[in-house]
Amino acid sequence: MSRQVLYGWGRTAPSAATVVEPQSAHDVTAHLHTSTAAIARGLGRSYGDAAQLAGGLVMVNRELGGISPVNPRGEVTVGAGVSIDELIRECLPQGWFVPVTPGTRQVTVGGAIAADVHGKNHHVDGSFGHHLISMELVTPTGTFTVSPTSRPELFWATVGGMGLTGVVVEATLRMLPVETDRVLVDTQRFKDLDSVMSEMLSGDHRYRYSVAWVDCMTRGASMGRAILTRGDHARRDQVEAPTLLPPRGSRITVPFDAPSGLLNPATIRLFNEAWYRAAPKSKVAQPQGIGSFFHPLDGVTAWNRLYGRRGFVQYQFAVPDSAGDAVRQSIETLSNSKVPSFLAVLKRFGEGTPGGLSFPMPGWTLALDLPVGPAALPQVLNDLDDIVLAAGGRVYLAKDSRLEAHKAHAMYPRLHEFATTCQEIDPQGILSSDLARRLQLIRK
Amino acid sequence: MENAFGQPHNVIVLGGSSDIATAIVRQLVAARTRTVVLAGRNQHLLDEAASSAAAHGATATSTVIFDAKDPDNVAATIDACFAAVREPIDLVIVAVGTLGDQDVDENNSASAAVTATVNYTWPVAALSELRGRLIAQGTGRILVISSVTAIRVSRRNYHYGAAKAGLDRYSEALAVSLEGTGVSVQILRPGFVHSKMTAGMKAVPFATTPDAIATVTVAGLASGERVIHAPRILKWVFLVLRHAPTAIWSKLGSR
Repeated sequence: MSRQVLYGWGRTAPSAATVVEPQSAHDVTAHLHTSTAAIARGLGRSYGDAAQLAGGLVMVNRELGGISPVNPRGEVTVGAGVSIDELIRECLPQGWFVPVTPGTRQVTVGGAIAADVHGKNHHVDGSFGHHLISMELVTPTGTFTVSPTSRPELFWATVGGMGLTGVVVEATLRMLPVETDRVLVDTQRFKDLDSVMSEMLSGDHRYRYSVAWVDCMTRGASMGRAILTRGDHARRDQVEAPTLLPPRGSRITVPFDAPSGLLNPATIRLFNEAWYRAAPKSKVAQPQGIGSFFHPLDGVTAWNRLYGRRGFVQYQFAVPDSAGDAVRQSIETLSNSKVPSFLAVLKRFGEGTPGGLSFPMPGWTLALDLPVGPAALPQVLNDLDDIVLAAGGRVYLAKDSRLEAHKAHAMYPRLHEFATTCQEIDPQGILSSDLARRLQLIRK
Repeated sequence: MENAFGQPHNVIVLGGSSDIATAIVRQLVAARTRTVVLAGRNQHLLDEAASSAAAHGATATSTVIFDAKDPDNVAATIDACFAAVREPIDLVIVAVGTLGDQDVDENNSASAAVTATVNYTWPVAALSELRGRLIAQGTGRILVISSVTAIRVSRRNYHYGAAKAGLDRYSEALAVSLEGTGVSVQILRPGFVHSKMTAGMKAVPFATTPDAIATVTVAGLASGERVIHAPRILKWVFLVLRHAPTAIWSKLGSR
């Protein structure tokens, strides 16, 4: 037990909490019984304040380990503290891949459930929660095995519930069978936003994985120029000398904070230009490794330090297909405001889950990385909130660190259902987080 | 809770009718702050400051009355402020202070004691009280309003300046003592400000307004710098002046 200052991956808004590492579900129960405020934390990859709780108890779940053998149907039971990286390392050599992976392997299964993470395959496979068979949830009022058929309300509130319904200690999920460790990737370059969006609308259904990288720093005719990469797992007959090897670990580390301002409009524009030009105009069926296709940033440990002492925010929103113009409006707002933004990622979304805090909706999702510092940034993001709200969309809570409570409530109209479930399972309001307080997600 | 940009949601101001604090609060509520507690001596002035905050976007304002001549009321005053919010406090602005009357202070020990109490003893007692409370909540910032005169005390108002110097040095060390607790202290050192406090006084070079001070302060809160000089140039001016030979300083300081 120790007092530690915690923050999210964006390294903003730190707060201090008592940190413990429960060894078992029994420990979690004991902690919940003796605290007035508590939240679970995994590898600290949510960008904002979701896995911290000022003055409270933070339960780091990494000791809740264990990976069962994968049964012939692809079902595996894992401790909530197991990372996606560890799960891939264990299962890929047996021909099983995780059904959904976010842009980093360094998240725990518990965190993946709490944030209901999505990957490049949301348009066909849905989010992490869609592949869960059941989970064991420790709450202040008892321990429950929940599934889509057993206590479905509590199950779906927990999926994407930001840890506010209880502490997941174990989960059973269905893995994806794969024949090789390669992905066959098609790459195309587009000179503006409209052309890449229309290609994604017409062609994404032909691929399991699809993602576009969009340049938010260019204006005028080439506003929103993009690189689209799409792919599928390679079958054995599609590659020479097929293997099933887990991805390599990181080879580079950022050893200290870069000076704030290293990532400024000039350097980011330079990077974006190089990135765009380095991509082939069009390339088909190029075999790529799991790591370089799904988790390019995992190659650099602590890359968040590149943003300097003041950190960065990630802004990710989803808007329905009917409001696809909100994507253009928001990129225009950004490029006109001259706020530097790095690595904008555009994806298609399918259906969300039945949970009250479910983020995805059929349509578009755009994620932006923005260094903290420019005085205009807070207001620019407030303006983006209004664009997203007017479009009937919402901001992703796992990335958020600055949304205002009343807007969060407007973006998540079923939040009251979620809050009711939390109240039933946790009448004293023990489960909380800085995020939950900031956005008033739960009733006191 | 504070957001990623260091913008507070709720703020307590000790010395809530200070012109500088009022200007800072106006800018904070225009951005994100919604709950404001103003503590001070004069109910009428506090009410005015509260309406100004509400007019600029605060949704909940309240006032607490205390007199900084009496350090015995520190705990009760801060209790009342925290009770008015009932969630973690994001920012406490310590704006308590009085210029006093240098001529009277030089010749009247009771008056000198009051100037020292209001500018040093009460604020230090308040910071001591805040320290434990903010450590317990694991988050929060304190903004202490010092003065550039704290860098080098001037003949012209040394009762005030010396007390501010004490508060400034105390706050610097308090900031160090709070590292690793989730709580931070920032010190604002304004130059000469046209305000209630300086009404009728002769302005000095780099004189400025509460609104200009507030703009620099809000940017300083966001960047997290430990000492905020306003106007910013005073950082460099006083870097020189603090080492100026005594003969030169006493000429400048007695003007």
